[in-house]
Amino acid sequence: MKELIKRLVETFGPSGDELAVRELIRGEIEDQVDQIEVDTMGNLIALKKGQDDSNKVMLAAHMDEIGLIATHIEEEGFIRFSNVGGVSPYNLLGERVLFNGETIGVIDKEGKLDDISKLKHDKMYVDIGATTQEEAEEKIKIGDTATYYRQLDLVGNRLVAKGLDDRAGCAVLIETIKQLTEQPTFDTYFVFTVQEEVGTRGAITSSYGINPDVGIAVDLTLTGDTPEAKRMAVSLGEGPAIKVKDRSVLVNPQLKNLMIDLAEENEIPYQLEVLDRGGTDTGRMQLSREGAIAGAISIPGRYVHSPSEMIDLTDLENSIKLLSEILQSDYQGLF
Amino acid sequence: METKEVLQDLSEATGVSGYEKELGQQVAQLFESYVDQIEFDKLGNLLAYKAGEGQQEYKVLLAAHLDEIGLMVTEVEEGGFLRFTTVGGVDQRTLVGQEVTVHGREELQGIIGAKPPHLQDEEEQKKSFEIEKMYIDLGLTEADVKDKIRVGDIISLQRNLLSLENDRVAGKALDDRAGVLLLLETVKELDKMTHQVDLYAVATVQEEVGVRGATTSTYGVVPDIGIAVDVCHGLMPGVNKDEAVELGAGPALSFGPHIHPQLVKKLKEVADEIELDYQFDASPSPRGTDAYAIQVTRSGIPTAVLSIPLRYMHTSVETISLNDIKRGARLLAQLLRELEGEFVEGLRCF
Amino acid sequence: MFLKQLSEAVGVSGREAEVRDLIREEIKDDVDRIETDALGNLIAFKEGKPEQPTVLLAAHMDEIGLMITDITDDGLLKFKPIGGIDKRILVSKEVVVGPDQIPGVIGAKAIHLQESDERKKPLDYGELYIDIGTKEKEESEKLVELGMMATFATEFEQLGTATVKGKAFDDRVGCAALIELLQQEHQLSIIAAFTVQEEIGLRGASVVAYDLDPDLALVVEGTSASDVPDTKEAGYSTQLGAGPALTIQDSSLIPSQPVVNKLIEVADQNDIPYQFRKLTRAGTDAGALHLTKEGIRTAVISMPCRYIHSPASLLNLNDYQATVELLTKFCQDMEEGGLADEGVN
Repeated sequence: MKELIKRLVETFGPSGDELAVRELIRGEIEDQVDQIEVDTMGNLIALKKGQDDSNKVMLAAHMDEIGLIATHIEEEGFIRFSNVGGVSPYNLLGERVLFNGETIGVIDKEGKLDDISKLKHDKMYVDIGATTQEEAEEKIKIGDTATYYRQLDLVGNRLVAKGLDDRAGCAVLIETIKQLTEQPTFDTYFVFTVQEEVGTRGAITSSYGINPDVGIAVDLTLTGDTPEAKRMAVSLGEGPAIKVKDRSVLVNPQLKNLMIDLAEENEIPYQLEVLDRGGTDTGRMQLSREGAIAGAISIPGRYVHSPSEMIDLTDLENSIKLLSEILQSDYQGLF
Repeated sequence: METKEVLQDLSEATGVSGYEKELGQQVAQLFESYVDQIEFDKLGNLLAYKAGEGQQEYKVLLAAHLDEIGLMVTEVEEGGFLRFTTVGGVDQRTLVGQEVTVHGREELQGIIGAKPPHLQDEEEQKKSFEIEKMYIDLGLTEADVKDKIRVGDIISLQRNLLSLENDRVAGKALDDRAGVLLLLETVKELDKMTHQVDLYAVATVQEEVGVRGATTSTYGVVPDIGIAVDVCHGLMPGVNKDEAVELGAGPALSFGPHIHPQLVKKLKEVADEIELDYQFDASPSPRGTDAYAIQVTRSGIPTAVLSIPLRYMHTSVETISLNDIKRGARLLAQLLRELEGEFVEGLRCF
Repeated sequence: MFLKQLSEAVGVSGREAEVRDLIREEIKDDVDRIETDALGNLIAFKEGKPEQPTVLLAAHMDEIGLMITDITDDGLLKFKPIGGIDKRILVSKEVVVGPDQIPGVIGAKAIHLQESDERKKPLDYGELYIDIGTKEKEESEKLVELGMMATFATEFEQLGTATVKGKAFDDRVGCAALIELLQQEHQLSIIAAFTVQEEIGLRGASVVAYDLDPDLALVVEGTSASDVPDTKEAGYSTQLGAGPALTIQDSSLIPSQPVVNKLIEVADQNDIPYQFRKLTRAGTDAGALHLTKEGIRTAVISMPCRYIHSPASLLNLNDYQATVELLTKFCQDMEEGGLADEGVN
């Protein structure tokens, strides 16, 4: 598991540039699913046939991570950039980034900027070691993207890495496919979506194509268990968080209750997530076509969108257990 | 039942966004005897279908939303106090001292509290209370609360419908239960007439959190015309004349870039013909009602908005005139009676 | 130049009739079929050979403007903005109101009568109004209905050899380019969508492609150029005279990489100048188009315009010509081999 996540997070995949991640995931699962395809937007869609084809279940974890995009190259070879998704300029100070999965650069702010509260992306630049614009352009073109340049580390029983949002969710889907002992109840589409971080866009078109009856996203959520944190009743290591609400969705109460019941019956620790900020693929699945019964399993994460996101390994294992129980359940109370 | 009594039941019932199931059942019973078929879709939208007599199937969708704004438990704290967040656009200034119902394993009564003014310093007293600093007190022990309430449970505001002078009433959730009542009255009126077009009266869910129910129900119905029936701001002190309309002076027709010009013209003609008072409400932005979703469903739906003037929106003392509801229903029923194929087809010709 | 008529036509979001009629008349002999939909989008079909791909070209007809929301007892017209208007630019401008283009001015209290503090504060919509010369409410009501739209009264003019001035270049320049494409002969099929209500949230584009099934879509826009004093080169977004701008990413879209790559390849092969739009904020119809149903591969080509969303913007005619040429050559290239199917993004 740890080894799989290491490969997933260390693969380059900012929004719109998910190719390498998609190929990695495809290689992991293609022998174990009944059908696999890539749609126009680049979503990877894998089907595990169910015992019953009267309902369709869609699972979504997004492949993309936040990053940067080059917008201008200065005469001296410095790269100006903008953000791809929610990257805080404060997280970028002194950070190393990787353009196109191969060119390393370091980030600083303009020298004149004294008031740190005025820090913005357009007051910063990437130095890739080039001394002229021409030299920089050999490696980077305007429109090229970058991600944080970090590796995965194990600290205690916790993983620290960039891109755990949402490669951890991808890992949960991959492991669930591998660990399923019997056919899922219904036809189940494991969807690895694109462009979540810029507006849950991959989920819009993939939900339309699949037209699911039930949609479940697996994504990171925040916690309230760090010093003077904003209040939130989710902690690292206390089990997967069953989503109740975020800005994109009010989870179908019957699906929420089904998840709670399955967790309790199978002695899987769980928490309940009410997230004031942020949206997920869940909302897109819910509102596709005539609508779907939608919910989410959230993996508690600290320092989300920083170069060092942190999750707990037991939360991952319990997320896989809970998801597997759902897929093999009779979805009582839903239809 | 008298109109006011129906509105009382609707206003006092609970249906916070995402949790409209029971209310949907209650509303279905009201519609039952006047329509041909009632269905609920996956999100919980109530679709009441009334067949027309036309040869060709032209469909008109009327949408009024079932849901109301509310609160949700985010944490059960030491001492059994509940912290909470909002569902929909709740004005935090209105909350302190409000009585609420918490819908946990059982329904519990509570009061929204905050640090008393006597204990606040001068600076604090000048600012309105912030929701992060409020809590709900259920008057129960921590153990008792933890046994009955968990994170994610819904909280609704308590308020009985109050009759004011004239035909005016005040209460919670009149946005948009007044609209649901208008739909019901329309269906009743229509029951006495013959009409060519098929009607889908839809009580939508989750409007207050982003017109979600209208998104999926419109997709399912595929109407030829969509009309959102909602509330708009009534004139009151401090509000400009071009941002609100008069209470009791008739329903308001919205005008704005997203409103189909022929459709609103037709509504005007029908109102003039039956000598019905109506007003106009400026809607420079397409946001704010189910029309936002209806208009851009599939390959596009000709859309209009009919509104009931309402004061003090999103508080627990929303105030309306019952007469505006009745007039709105008469207008829509007459429109439905008059609609025929040529006009409907013409809406796509620009 | 047809752009003159397009620029001077009035078509605030939701009231695009004059622009629509103008375009319909101009293209009717060059296309096989013209349709409108429930929102007022104008869709023109130019059929190619059956084995050839179908390209959807889109440009929006609507412009920003002001909606009349009230008439005062003195006959003055109160208004609200339609689309993104900087209210600081409104005072002391000429406008036309409604389909009959009734002339009016946006007035304000004279500088002599202001306190010194007042001069520093922008006027808000509560304080702004249009004066059409009427003396009382009844007189105005005979001329103006609530809901009528007003827009700037700006004449289209050429400045020097290569620059033109006008209003509503966002996106009448796109409309003009699409019309030129329709007037050429092609092997492939072209669907030209002239959309409505872009400025109030991509409303027309949200529905226009639902019944179409194009192989790819190109949105042709007028975009802001900021190659002006007090802006550093990194902040120009685009510059006048440097050719059409390709979007690398904006708030609404990550363009299809194969399509962008093809545009670059075609531009390089034909020595057509191009630039990248460096601003990654704001959005276009492409944001809605590319998410239609199961998704459409989409890219955006923009013509740089200075002072967009104001009464008068500037366009470089060489940029316009280069844009038309790039679109033309792109279509020819598609006819000859199309998009290498290198998968997706």
